[in-house]
Amino acid sequence: MMTTHTDVLPTEGGLGNTPLLAVDNLHVEFSTRQGVVKAVNGVSYDLYQGETLAVLGESGSGKSVTAQAIMGILDMPPARIPHGEIRFRGTDMLKLTDEARSQIRGQRIAMIFQDALSALNPVFTVGWQIGEMFRVHRGMSKRDAQKKAIELMDRVRIPAAKQRVHDYPHQFSGGMRQRIMIAMSIALDPEVLIADEPTTALDVTVQAQIMELLAELQRESNMGLILITHDLGVVADVADKIAVMYGGRIVEKALVHDVYRTPAHPYSKGLLDSIPRVDLKGQELYAIKGLPPNLLAMPPGCAFNPRCPYRQDNCVSEAPPLYEISHTRSSACHYWREVLDGSHE
Amino acid sequence: MSETTPAMPVTATAAVGSPPPPLAPETKPGYVEKPASLWSDAWYDLRRRPLFIMSSILIAVLVVMALFPSLFTSINPMDATTCQLSTARQPPSAAHWFGKDNLGCDVYARTIYGARISIIVGITTTIVTAMVGGLLGLIAGFAGGATDSVMSRVTEIFFAIPSILGALLILAVFRTGNVWTVMLALAVLAWPMTFRIMRAAVITAKSQDYVVAARALGAGSGRLMFRHILPNAVTPVIVVATINLGMFISAEAALSFLGVGIQSPDISWGVMISDARPRFLEAAGPLLFPAAFLSVTVLAFIMLGDAVRDALDPKLR
Repeated sequence: MMTTHTDVLPTEGGLGNTPLLAVDNLHVEFSTRQGVVKAVNGVSYDLYQGETLAVLGESGSGKSVTAQAIMGILDMPPARIPHGEIRFRGTDMLKLTDEARSQIRGQRIAMIFQDALSALNPVFTVGWQIGEMFRVHRGMSKRDAQKKAIELMDRVRIPAAKQRVHDYPHQFSGGMRQRIMIAMSIALDPEVLIADEPTTALDVTVQAQIMELLAELQRESNMGLILITHDLGVVADVADKIAVMYGGRIVEKALVHDVYRTPAHPYSKGLLDSIPRVDLKGQELYAIKGLPPNLLAMPPGCAFNPRCPYRQDNCVSEAPPLYEISHTRSSACHYWREVLDGSHE
Repeated sequence: MSETTPAMPVTATAAVGSPPPPLAPETKPGYVEKPASLWSDAWYDLRRRPLFIMSSILIAVLVVMALFPSLFTSINPMDATTCQLSTARQPPSAAHWFGKDNLGCDVYARTIYGARISIIVGITTTIVTAMVGGLLGLIAGFAGGATDSVMSRVTEIFFAIPSILGALLILAVFRTGNVWTVMLALAVLAWPMTFRIMRAAVITAKSQDYVVAARALGAGSGRLMFRHILPNAVTPVIVVATINLGMFISAEAALSFLGVGIQSPDISWGVMISDARPRFLEAAGPLLFPAAFLSVTVLAFIMLGDAVRDALDPKLR
């Protein structure tokens, strides 16, 4: 009964086409003094044109590291990618030369960072920084780049862009700074935009505005958007698909409504139950027990087993594969049926 | 359960009922303000510091003195005929303000002309060390890894050489002390300090989000280094350079005093102090006047360095 409505294709772009961006069995390790930290362990996801994928997970789940691997901005060493492919329009970017890679970076795949104040250079005006994209990659003159910068600032709805183009980052409010960061990232019309916790540093009302802006820009340009966040509330309205990460693995992949209605992994269920809800006011808020796993000493079997209310004996002995529930949905839990049934109540 | 929550709806209605927050000032139309960058802030701050005003007036006078010594004195001490051995060690008088030295030359005129070499040595050595040390530090800090290790170890070798002894050694190799060899000796020994400071500042700046962000938006290595990291790392180097300038001037005097630096007939304050030393008890003026100029000059540059440091460091404001 749960599969009937999930059978619809994700969005335009469809499943038949090659994905715009495909992460395939990606592993990322960091060598540290204490040993090798396996930050990402076989993550796979696809992103189609015009689609928004939300990657959800707590700190240390590997969601940002995956994004950095896609961008090619991991410091290697200490990072290492022992297995995996990241295909952009069919070509594996990990096999490209640095030169070819930097042609993609910023122009075809761009990224927005969490804290726009520290992500903007404090010693240059915002106009200069936005204009830099055009001067470096498009060889524009200073004057034309400036004009483009003002256009972009208008496009991300910064009031009085013409005057403010000469201001420095610290003269803007948090929300406006994030808009400038967004303006820089969309300057060259990228095909994929990765937003790494774009709203975490902002207050709630501004969060909504930024999400709305991102959704709008995406509709205008039909780019693929990867939204990395730890906040389920933020992604509900804008995302099409969701990938929930835990301990460097994807534990659930689904269309966003399905996860909200009927989570199929105990971790996603725990995350949903820990969102404060108006109708449950007065009751104690649910919290997932225990702590996120130590990446240096992962628990045997399923990484979530020490915190899982559905745990059985085989959860400790054998790591669950990503079970396919329907062709838009999968869960890395031996007992996904029980979890699904549990969430119907 | 329901009795425990009356407070919540009350605050909620209060929040809804309150008037909408006023428009942020940044949304006001026609909002124009002079851009305030690190540098313009620093300049604004500097102009109000007595320390800066005093030191820059002193430095300005010294620079004019070095460029146009004839504005300050009509006697040209390079012309030997202005010296009269019969008037050696004459005390200060109306005609000869600072008196005469062991060879009967005018101390005031020599002191004025001596400023030139001191200022040239100070400024040139500072620029050379800042450029060389700064550039190498930038490369080492940015590249990291093996490149950084090798460069840092080499720098440490230079660091291990005691400065005056090292300079003596270098000047002994050249056999002649003149402005060029003195500057070279000082620069060779001083660049590692700038290197270290620049390297540390670059490493700090490199890990900042805006550098990672610039990289993610497609900036190449050269661009990252010179456009994004350098402007954010150059402040401590500028501060140290200003303070070093005074140090170089006194180091030149020390080397000349020891007889390996500038040689007569070239005039520098160190040479004058050195020449006056044997007869110091008979005539203190020929030693004290250039020494006073030297002290004031070094002090002026160190004060300038202090003022610049305070102005560029927002935490000290």
